[in-house]
Amino acid sequence: MLEIKNLAAEIDGKQILKGIDLVVPDGEIHAIMGPNGSGKSTLGYVLAGRDGYTVTAGTATFDGVDILAMEPEQRAAAGLFLAFQYPVELPGVNNANFLRTAMNAQRRTRGEPELNGVEFLKLARAETKRLSMPDDTLKRNVNVGFSGGEKKRNEVLQMELLRPRIAVLDETDSGLDIDALKIVADGVNALRSPGFSAVVITHYQRLLDHLVPDRVHVLSDGRIIRSGGPELALTLEAEGYAAIVAEAA
Amino acid sequence: MNAIRPPSALQQGAQAFLSRYDGLKSSLPGDPALRAAAADLFRAGGLPGAREEAWRYTFLRPVAEVEFHAPLAAPPDCTALLARLPQIDAPRLVFIDGRYQAALSTPPAALMLATGAPALGPLARPEQDKLVALNTMLAEDGASITVPAGADAGTLVLVSLGTGAADRAIAFHPRHAVHMAAGSRMTLIEMFAGEGAYLDNPVLSATVEADATLIHLRLQDESRTAFHLSTVYADVAERGTYDSFALNLGARLSRMEVHARLGGSGAAAHLNAAQLLGGEQHGDFTTVVLHDAPNTQSRQTVKNVLTDKAHGVFQGKIEVDRLAQKTDGYQMNQTLLLSPGAEINAKPQLEIYADDVKCSHGCTIGELDEGHLFYLRSRGLSLAEARAMLIRAFLSEALDPIAHDAGRAVLEQAVAAWWEQHSV
Amino acid sequence: MAAVEETIDAVAAVTGSTYKWGFTTDIEMDIAPKGLNEDIIRLISARKEEPEWMLEYRLAAYAGWLKMEEPNWAMLKIAPIDYQDVHYYAAPKKPRPKSLADVDPALLEMYEKLGIPLREREVLAGVVGSDEEEGHRPPVAIDAVLDSVSVATTFRKNLAEVGVIFCPISDAIREHPDLVRQYLGSVVPKQDNYFAALNSAVFTDGSFVFIPKGVRCPMQLSTYFRINTQNTGQFERTLIIAEEGAQVSYLEGCTAPQRDENQLHAAVVELVAMADARIKYSTVQNWYPGDEDGLGGIYNFVTKRGDCRGARSKISWTQMETGSAITWKYPSCILRGDDSVGEFYSVAVTNHKQQADTGTKMIHIGRNTTSTIVSKGISAGQSNNTYRGLVKVRPQAAGARNFTQCDSLLIGNDCGAHTVPYIESRNPTARLEHEATTSKIDEDQLFYCRQRGLSQEDAVGMIVNGFCKDVLKELPMEFAVEATKLLAVSLEGSVG
Repeated sequence: MLEIKNLAAEIDGKQILKGIDLVVPDGEIHAIMGPNGSGKSTLGYVLAGRDGYTVTAGTATFDGVDILAMEPEQRAAAGLFLAFQYPVELPGVNNANFLRTAMNAQRRTRGEPELNGVEFLKLARAETKRLSMPDDTLKRNVNVGFSGGEKKRNEVLQMELLRPRIAVLDETDSGLDIDALKIVADGVNALRSPGFSAVVITHYQRLLDHLVPDRVHVLSDGRIIRSGGPELALTLEAEGYAAIVAEAA
Repeated sequence: MNAIRPPSALQQGAQAFLSRYDGLKSSLPGDPALRAAAADLFRAGGLPGAREEAWRYTFLRPVAEVEFHAPLAAPPDCTALLARLPQIDAPRLVFIDGRYQAALSTPPAALMLATGAPALGPLARPEQDKLVALNTMLAEDGASITVPAGADAGTLVLVSLGTGAADRAIAFHPRHAVHMAAGSRMTLIEMFAGEGAYLDNPVLSATVEADATLIHLRLQDESRTAFHLSTVYADVAERGTYDSFALNLGARLSRMEVHARLGGSGAAAHLNAAQLLGGEQHGDFTTVVLHDAPNTQSRQTVKNVLTDKAHGVFQGKIEVDRLAQKTDGYQMNQTLLLSPGAEINAKPQLEIYADDVKCSHGCTIGELDEGHLFYLRSRGLSLAEARAMLIRAFLSEALDPIAHDAGRAVLEQAVAAWWEQHSV
Repeated sequence: MAAVEETIDAVAAVTGSTYKWGFTTDIEMDIAPKGLNEDIIRLISARKEEPEWMLEYRLAAYAGWLKMEEPNWAMLKIAPIDYQDVHYYAAPKKPRPKSLADVDPALLEMYEKLGIPLREREVLAGVVGSDEEEGHRPPVAIDAVLDSVSVATTFRKNLAEVGVIFCPISDAIREHPDLVRQYLGSVVPKQDNYFAALNSAVFTDGSFVFIPKGVRCPMQLSTYFRINTQNTGQFERTLIIAEEGAQVSYLEGCTAPQRDENQLHAAVVELVAMADARIKYSTVQNWYPGDEDGLGGIYNFVTKRGDCRGARSKISWTQMETGSAITWKYPSCILRGDDSVGEFYSVAVTNHKQQADTGTKMIHIGRNTTSTIVSKGISAGQSNNTYRGLVKVRPQAAGARNFTQCDSLLIGNDCGAHTVPYIESRNPTARLEHEATTSKIDEDQLFYCRQRGLSQEDAVGMIVNGFCKDVLKELPMEFAVEATKLLAVSLEGSVG
């Protein structure tokens, strides 16, 4: 269970998160929506431990363990996955090598046996096929020369293989066509289980058509100003953020 | 056992300059100690030779072999020469054979100006550069220009005319200084022209204080039997800009050397140039940019178009000090070789001691693209028109950013005129 | 704390040397007295039972060397070298073994420690006959040079069957004098430069390869250089000749014990490729780099040059330079034959106080000659890493092409990365393109890798490997994995 209490964070002296309270119980999917600049991506980065963000108040624990004190790779091994809004290109590093190294690093940390090349390839090929990705995906360098949609799907591929316990998907739906959107949603749905939870950051209802959230939260100016069930997303789609933001102010 | 070797041409040439100094020194203006120190350095170092890394592509032997005389006391009539210069509607300072000509000048009222003595400022130092030592030793005159804090001095034209005769070559060593006080602006347009054989060895120091901008445009169109060896030192403080462009067209042998030091956060330097050379001309554009403070930016675009048996040289070095984090340095050098006898030597260099930097350079050498030529001709352009258009397009990256309309127009005109001469 | 700062701290935290090849081996050696003079040169020549012309060649080179000065144009700070304080000859006392039982156990142990697999190790130790039954591994013929002499060369017999000569150059001078005499010094003249002249005077061993017309060498050839004895210099000499249409791939590896004083290594490599011939020359240079304070390490002054003498010939240099306190090395191609091709792929890693000034020269003489240069420099610690390269197009080289890509990566703020290309063209139909970049490891890439669970060190290793990929993929398959590991280990010495 992810528990965030009064989390505040700044970058370059600018306060972005101003006291976030959020509880994501195991097995649930929570959507976070909100206007541009409200702090959605920052929340993902702070949870994953990106440099440059200073936590000024509050806590974030995962199953009672303080994740804010951990290195990024420790958080990953603990089961936290961030699907990047802008996936990073790694020239010269091929996808297969990258994924296998990452999987085995996490397994090592958790005291699990490492995968050999054959075992890994079997798993990876099955997943690429399921995500309708081309055969050469694993041979290509990580995100280099990928289209926007391919990059997002590659993020989902990594998530499927790394099997996180909690995933933060930062606008993974943006830049996807309808078919790809469905594939991504199916990917997340496939992981749905009592041992998996997700925080889905999105601007659009359409992802939530395929990936029905347990809860929807509206983030504005660094705070969650409204929470509700799936119907809240529909309201937002129909009325926009302005009314809710005004109401909260 | 070692026979005493006869002095080399370079040594003889250096000796001739030293003799001139010995004859002149009692009458030279300014601090004699400074001159003596420069002379000592020049005596010890001489003219730069090909064994020096910075001079591996430009040989000064042709300069050393000429016997230079002092300019005549009364300058010859330069009316025709002046009339041929591109006209810019702005105050101008005219130097003939390195000496200020008050009668031909229209000095601006708004800025502080001193002439009649060389501006031997602290920026260009004799120990840094042998040609600066030569200049410091022999400089007779120059302009010292100060733009007061916050002032916009508009445009100032600095004209240098040389008037050697075929049988009596002369040498002159003007020394100028420009001081841009905080927040000031000015465009300085230098034009070099002349007739006959002479050596023009100017040194210009430009101090750009915080938030000031100096746009420095140069048109080097010296006599085709002259030598042009110029050195510029620019020092730029925080948020200041030294924005320069040099068109290297003239002289039989030329070297335009520019040093820019970015000494304050936010300082920027643009050292753009085009060299258009034909016949048996030798032209050298050499830059050294020192990023000496964090968050500084440099941009260099240097284009060479070489035809006949011309020899072009580009040397460009970007140095990044350990302190200069977040440096952004970029340099592009491109050459078109238009005839089998032409030669280019390029040496772009990066010397980097700070890690959080983005520095890059690119260099290409080739001829006009056949495919492009064909495309234009298929649209009805003649071969000559197509070539002219592609060469103009090739130069545009260096010419288009010139942030002074009248100055850019003059330089473009000079480019067009050059091409008309060489597009046979 | 920024990720890169952590990396730098990780670098600083690695104190004990990670150089795994730094042990010394006690082998009884026959060592010449220190110093360099005509008598020493005569002694070397006599020990090697050389013909008179070879001695004359050496003495002429020495006479030239005496009049030359050390080059000082590289961006290297080199403490003065006392050329009289070096042993110029050191060889194991025991004669070459005939069977495994005769092999000096110390020698055996040394190769074991160097991590050469058993089968190879038997072969390496010079057991005649053990090369007949090679297992499933692709066979690699090896010449093992210890200090001044070759202690074993494998597969000589098998290679001889197809006409390939692969032997120590000292054997070649005796057994194939006409070939050696014809080609030695024909690419790197004996007074080419200071270190080449020194080598020409005192070289002791190295490999000789001759691939006759039309023969494709049936296996990878390799020379393994090891400096062992204290205060010795190593002056190896390699000569590879590929006749018309011949092909060969050759790899050299080098290591040395960890010692507090600097040791001198001045090698000369000459390659000759006749029409349609191909020579691929790969180097994994892992001489002892000195410790983190810059104490000890090899001075690596190397002249390597290939002559594409015939039309359509190709010479390809691939180098992975991780070792040596100082590296001064510019493997070059003279593209004489029309349509000939020169390539240079280089990874140079410097850490601690290492200095490297390395690059290439591509001299385009023939028509339609092509050259490619890919250089990746990585600087860490307080090191300095310089790429220096010349691309020269002579007036007759119509249609010449060059592409150069030079990238530098800085890890930490106490190191330097420098790029010094010289680009010279005298033919308007030539096209030359050069690009160079310098940057640090990207913070976003580091974070991305760590978010996926990679440790800081693994993330740096992976990104650096990716940065070097264009070069690593040029190494022969058999060594690519080894090279990738070596890169990681060198970075282990640099990034944790």
